[in-house]
Amino acid sequence: MSGINVWISVVLYIIFAPIAGGLIAGIDRIISARMQGRVGPPLLQPFYDVFKLMAKESIAVNRQQKLYVFCFLFFVIVTGAIFFAGGDLLLAIFALTLASIFLIIAAYSTFSPYAYIGAEREMLQVMAYEPMVILTVVGMFMVTKSFNVLDIASYSQPLLYTLPGIFLGFLFILTIKFRKSPFDISMSHHAHQEIVRGVITEFSGPELAMVEVAHWYENVFLLGIVCLFFASNWIIAIVLAIVVYLLEIYIDNNNSRLKWQHTLGSAWIVALILGVGNIAFLALR
Amino acid sequence: MSYMPKSPWLVHYDASSCNGCDIEVLACLTPLYDVERFGILNIGNPKHADIFVVTGSVNEQNKSVIKNIYDQMPNPKVVVAVGACASSGGVFRECYNVQGGVDNVIPVDVYVPGCAARPEAIIDGVVQALGVLEGKYKNMVKVAK
Ligand code: SF4
Repeated sequence: MSGINVWISVVLYIIFAPIAGGLIAGIDRIISARMQGRVGPPLLQPFYDVFKLMAKESIAVNRQQKLYVFCFLFFVIVTGAIFFAGGDLLLAIFALTLASIFLIIAAYSTFSPYAYIGAEREMLQVMAYEPMVILTVVGMFMVTKSFNVLDIASYSQPLLYTLPGIFLGFLFILTIKFRKSPFDISMSHHAHQEIVRGVITEFSGPELAMVEVAHWYENVFLLGIVCLFFASNWIIAIVLAIVVYLLEIYIDNNNSRLKWQHTLGSAWIVALILGVGNIAFLALR
Repeated sequence: MSYMPKSPWLVHYDASSCNGCDIEVLACLTPLYDVERFGILNIGNPKHADIFVVTGSVNEQNKSVIKNIYDQMPNPKVVVAVGACASSGGVFRECYNVQGGVDNVIPVDVYVPGCAARPEAIIDGVVQALGVLEGKYKNMVKVAK
């Protein structure tokens, strides 16, 4: 993509990703409620929540905390901007990891025992999903011979045909990334409680709003990666992303939370069997 | 109009209640009443909450806890005392260890009567609290200006 187009897609992403992410969150809450036999909140409820949080008083435990939370939001946006501008996929993944680190540091900086446990569990989650994320990028590189999102997206054949194992493995860790049961050990949406509120226990008001918006950006980015598996046909790619998200909601509502040992163990086993297996198959072909 | 009344998150504290009122508070979350229709969430963390729902009466043991939870909530915030015990001490009023209603420790905005308070009454109380919350928010903005 040339100069001006890149900036246009970045600006479009920054404006429309939170809108899409918020709507996805709203649909998620309605579908979850229907699955539980309830009516559920209005579609725009996530936006009401965030606007309300921005109007609330901000109680920060210390001065750095706000900066760290802001960096979390900032680097999540950078991640998506690199991705949707057609940049380097590996760089995007690293920016996302950096963002998670900032969230963990923010939680640690509060010196609250609840946030501590949340931060520790968040770190375990990062350890659980990171191998599979890297294997996904490696797999895409082996097929398309490029780390460039634009090249991967314009590859002639859908990646799903050559990377079925990696796709399934990525679906598995997507449950962790979306913070859905059974892997929502550090924090979860839908006001499920785990050791108060996990990593976000000590954030209030505008800071919490920032965390929330960062998750919207993050979810759009992750669904973008899902789309990449079928990028040659945009309609099928978007249908694929919708199906994946519905599946995640279904899994979320049918599982209770697992222990962190199970999260870590199962994520690594999946990465080893599906991820490494698929790559070995590609290498030996 | 602010977004305050559209997304009230509440934290529920059981202050030596007989559990009658607590069951009714939780009943509000069930499919029959489903308070999430109004965006109400039982958030379980005072730092995220807008509405403090207290059931049961105050005694020496939980006085400091109630005060602490209230102090941790960011402004604007409202307190709803659910049930006769939380409003006045109820049947436990004469007990040697009971001090009376929640308003002995923190300012209460809405009193929900009943022993146990019915889910409909609790929802009604929370909805009235939303009006108070909006008023407090307007006041906060005015003071800030
Ligand atoms: S008001 Fe009645 S039901 Fe409620 S806590 Fe007191 S005794 Fe129990």
